[in-house]
Amino acid sequence: MNKITVEGIRQNMDEIIERWIKTMKEEKGERFFHFMPDHLIEKTSREFAELMTSNIDESDAASTEKINDFTEKVVRFGWAIKFVNKAIDNFSDIVFELLEEKHIINDANFKSFNQLFKNWINPLRESIIDAYSTEWERTVSLQKIALQELSASLIPVFEKISVMPLVGTIDTERAKLIMENLLEGVVSQRAEVVLLDITGVPVVDTMVAHHIIQAADAVRLVGAKCMLVGIRPEIAQTIVALGINLHEFTTKSTLQKGMQAALGLTNRAIVEVEEQ
Amino acid sequence: MKRSSVEIITEWDIVAARQLGRNEAKKAGFGTVDQARITTAISELARNIYLYAGKGRIEIERVTDGGKDGIKVVASDEGPGIPDLRKVMEDGFSTSGGLGAGMPGVKRLMDEFKVISEPNNGTTITATKWLH
Repeated sequence: MNKITVEGIRQNMDEIIERWIKTMKEEKGERFFHFMPDHLIEKTSREFAELMTSNIDESDAASTEKINDFTEKVVRFGWAIKFVNKAIDNFSDIVFELLEEKHIINDANFKSFNQLFKNWINPLRESIIDAYSTEWERTVSLQKIALQELSASLIPVFEKISVMPLVGTIDTERAKLIMENLLEGVVSQRAEVVLLDITGVPVVDTMVAHHIIQAADAVRLVGAKCMLVGIRPEIAQTIVALGINLHEFTTKSTLQKGMQAALGLTNRAIVEVEEQ
Repeated sequence: MKRSSVEIITEWDIVAARQLGRNEAKKAGFGTVDQARITTAISELARNIYLYAGKGRIEIERVTDGGKDGIKVVASDEGPGIPDLRKVMEDGFSTSGGLGAGMPGVKRLMDEFKVISEPNNGTTITATKWLH
């Protein structure tokens, strides 16, 4: 039974591939079949067809090893998952169509063919979806790590003065990290004044403000003073509209002004040196 | 009218919602200050959904009324509802240990503000900002 099918597919391989390429060219959304030179399409398609049929000839259940091999290679083509799915669909449709035309499939053995198809196609599809989602999850978690590395470091600028530039969206996780880095840094750098720069924070809503206020409170507890700098005019207006009370700490529009104030607080100043 | 929406399920959906809001506000011709107001209001509404209802949706719509253009933000959820609306609109009231400035803040940030809430039947908040 299996043998007849496999033989049927093998013998008609060229026609299957030809029809498949034709169908795939009619599919919208993937540029591969439009921009690649013909010989490359031919080569990739043949490879795809071979991969598709590689696990059919052995037994009813496809071997995991071959499926993994298939997935790895197909993922390397770099097609969108929707397109791969379509490719598999079209491929199995065409095989079925062709076998029917050649009278290899008939009403009598239809049911067992159906079963064979299921055992053949479904594992391939599942494996592909699995591989793609694993890949996405990996990307997301890597980006998360990359984002965390960008988060909040406290930089000692002058003796007793440190700066923490905040860039990007502050979520609960980052807020925690900011607090930790801030407190640890203040203690280890013996900072007396800390400048929190929010120039790069796109939105200051009540949650972000709440985290900033908490951080400032905590900094005060370890004996330093916290200053909020880099408040853009539109952020100032939204803070006022939200009714957030920032009376308890000094705020400045720019880091530069904040730095001057911080130097003043530690009894220093920037002076120009006259040439002698 | 054009309408777009973001489902709020995770904390990062809040960022997606306000990004959408900022883009729409920019397209509608709002200045940077009003863009910040609209974005912040969306951020508050989306966070309330995330914190109190678990999931919901933010819809952003361009509206016109008698020659005025504007943006309407609809935040809806099927959460527990707001038991005491008057209290929620007071400054400094919070059940989550926050600042309690969110709801009254949104009202001040936007031009029109309407809350419909029933206990155990969800909350729908509509807030509109007009181009002046």
